[in-house]
Amino acid sequence: MIRVLLARAAQMLMVMAAVTAVAFVIFRYVGDPVLIMSREDATPAEKAALSQALGLDQPVIVQFGRFVGRVLTGDLGNSFRNQRPVSGLIAERLPATLELVIVATVLALALGIPLGVYCALKPDSWLTRSIQTISLIGISTPTFVTGIVLILIFSVWLKWLPSFGRGDVVKLGWWTTGFLTASGLRSLVLPSVTLALFQVTLIMRLVRAEMIDVLSSDYIRYARARGLPAGYIHRKLALRNALMPVITVTGLQIGALIAFAIVTETVFQWPGMGLLFIQAVSFVDLPVMAAYLLFVGFMFVSINMAVDIIYALVDPRLRTRAA
Amino acid sequence: MTTVPALAIEDLRVEYPQADGGVLAAVDGVSLTIAPGEIHAVVGESGAGKTTVANALIGLIENPGRVAGGTMRIGGALLDPATGRGDGVQLGRDIGVIFQDPMTSLNPLFTIESQLTETMRFHLGLSQVEARARALELLKAVGIPEPERRLQSYPHQLSGGQRQRVVIAAALSCNPKLLVADEPTTALDVSIQAQILALIKDLARTRGLGVMLVTHNMGVVAETAHSVTVMLRGKAVEQGPVAQVLRDPQHSYTKALLAAVPRLDRKLTRFAVLTSEKSEAAHAARQAIAGKSPMERTPGDGPLLTVENLTVDYVTRGWLPGSKGRSMRAVDGVSFDIRAGEALGLVGESGCGKTTVASVIAGLVKPTSGRVLYAGETIVGEGAGRASRQASRQALQMIFQDPYASLNPRMRIGAILAEPVLFYRLAGSKAEAAEDAALLLEAVGLERQHAKRFPFAFSGGQRQRISIARALGARPRLLICDEPTSSLDVSVQAQILNLIKDLRDSTGLTLLLISHDLAVVRQMCDRVAVMQAGRIVEIEAGETLFETPRHPYTRELLSLVPRIDRIAIA
Repeated sequence: MIRVLLARAAQMLMVMAAVTAVAFVIFRYVGDPVLIMSREDATPAEKAALSQALGLDQPVIVQFGRFVGRVLTGDLGNSFRNQRPVSGLIAERLPATLELVIVATVLALALGIPLGVYCALKPDSWLTRSIQTISLIGISTPTFVTGIVLILIFSVWLKWLPSFGRGDVVKLGWWTTGFLTASGLRSLVLPSVTLALFQVTLIMRLVRAEMIDVLSSDYIRYARARGLPAGYIHRKLALRNALMPVITVTGLQIGALIAFAIVTETVFQWPGMGLLFIQAVSFVDLPVMAAYLLFVGFMFVSINMAVDIIYALVDPRLRTRAA
Repeated sequence: MTTVPALAIEDLRVEYPQADGGVLAAVDGVSLTIAPGEIHAVVGESGAGKTTVANALIGLIENPGRVAGGTMRIGGALLDPATGRGDGVQLGRDIGVIFQDPMTSLNPLFTIESQLTETMRFHLGLSQVEARARALELLKAVGIPEPERRLQSYPHQLSGGQRQRVVIAAALSCNPKLLVADEPTTALDVSIQAQILALIKDLARTRGLGVMLVTHNMGVVAETAHSVTVMLRGKAVEQGPVAQVLRDPQHSYTKALLAAVPRLDRKLTRFAVLTSEKSEAAHAARQAIAGKSPMERTPGDGPLLTVENLTVDYVTRGWLPGSKGRSMRAVDGVSFDIRAGEALGLVGESGCGKTTVASVIAGLVKPTSGRVLYAGETIVGEGAGRASRQASRQALQMIFQDPYASLNPRMRIGAILAEPVLFYRLAGSKAEAAEDAALLLEAVGLERQHAKRFPFAFSGGQRQRISIARALGARPRLLICDEPTSSLDVSVQAQILNLIKDLRDSTGLTLLLISHDLAVVRQMCDRVAVMQAGRIVEIEAGETLFETPRHPYTRELLSLVPRIDRIAIA
């Protein structure tokens, strides 16, 4: 077990090194930082001075070394656009995105798993057929369409829920949360539902397929033949086996949600990482883009590591293979 | 006997509605009685309905099938097939069940303790502590070493035999009146099979347990059961004490079934088969195939195939690139020759490395050291030339165990058979290849028009014929058969083995037969190599080996095979 974790950690470091290299390339070579940062009428002397100040006159390898050193100490440079440290910007935006993603994931699991189990147990009921049909719509409609339709219905016509922003937030240290105010919670509803819709469908279909598979397995037939109650067989014995792939997919999806919440955040003007990134792209704010890349890479790698650990905890076969 | 029978089935009928509106009776008017302490075998081939009888008892008839008539009584109490319960009887408590495959009948995510105790907690209302104490007793009773530690184990930490013991312990946990064992030893090696059968016999005697033993293995019936029911197409065609039915079968089907069982005690020229074999057309087709093939080429005086000091290590990947993990020696210094036209058998229990040897010869696995020579040229290992390897690929063809997995389900049979013919440029045009495919079908006893169909339209035995035809398409010198009939019924096995014999007679094909079934090997092979833990412990002319085995392991294996001529309970 410990060996496997060490191996994973080593792989994680390698992936992060590769991501850092890519981030450096973006930072250094996409556009000329001197040209972007200096005034239009700057003299060559001024440009040279700026280049020296930024360390761009040094050999590439030295620049990369310095970049890695800065990243490791948490210094991701200053945003070109508003001249503030990028790490500060990210810390400001991170809570919004994470809260949105967490709520969306919980929603997806809370709805997807029971619906999937129901569809597997009652394949012929009318409810199963309607769930299947609706889920097909859910998976095939683009996020921005769902978002706009939801805004139209619940904000414009019914005027029940706010259509943009996070509402009132409470500061807990550097973290800002929308969980503690009524307006914050109300603001979360539409974006998280929009974000979760695709995930619900995905998880539901996955659980359904896995559950059908597990229910026809020998050990479940054997459990039936021992006269164990159906509820116990389904809830305790079968579901645990069926949820194994759900762990992997949920892990990957959390990473994807964080990285690609961009569309939803744009539709709802949600002040999260995605919106930060979109703005950075439109202003060619390279330090922010590089930092975003690093951050997303880091999230993916650490979530995968967490998935591996959970897997080993749930499946005894992985535990001993490693021991 | 005046005692209440453990099981009394009367006029049981199980129906499956068909797509055309008709009804298929999978079990049609079967009656049988099992006394306490009696082991009653239900035998028959696949589709005979023997497993359906067991499933009806344990409430596992899958939709849309249903129990359409008849009664089932457990210890005198009527069982409701819909609920698996009855007046004072309950599935799981009064009927214990053992399935065929111990590797898949335990849930991989739960401990042995959890799976043993849950049945007792539900049926007997025991607390976890009481159930645990009883689980411990049960594990001792079924002979599991270190039962305390095993309770905490997960299924994957136990061997197949131990798992089957756990399954038996679970089946016995609520003191059932009846044990339903559906092919309980089919997935096990002969040595483990002997232990498990002895355990079942012992439990039946000491606990007065009625046992319904569903099996296709006549040897198991002879050595284990008191009485037997022979089933054919849903009907019980013959019933009676084992000694009577096996020694003096009355029904023609029983006679044919017994005749098809490969004999371990003597070698016969052919297997008795139930249906007539269309041999003349097939023989002509075989001659035609052999005529236009390089099969006739003589290899010179040396052996056709030589395996020299073959060693294969399976190495698990390390956790960093380049680092090595643990390694397991699957094959350990194996050497043998096969002469042209000879049939060599390679036997041993699962995990002994026999399939790995075949895979190395076929070029599917790279050996750690050692080499394989074909007609004097190295084809595997140090110094193997590209040209000789290519030539040997065509000359060595393989047939696999599972006929359901070895044919591409999306290709028509004609295309499957034409593929090797075209690949090795044995036909000038597609039309010529199609004609060749038709010829190949005839050679294996199928019909020309079968080329248009897809694999799903064929039974297991027919699929294995197609696999053989595909191998013949390349015009091989050596046919490597890895358990070619293990998944087939005895009558179909007899047909396939006869086919292989006929092919050898018509074409002089050389054969390497890998099997765990010593009786099949005796019938098929001129020479036999016995493998144990990666090594060949004895290699000898077939009849010598079976009549006077020298190595203790060979002797042990031979003594453990259940034989129809050894009836235990007269």
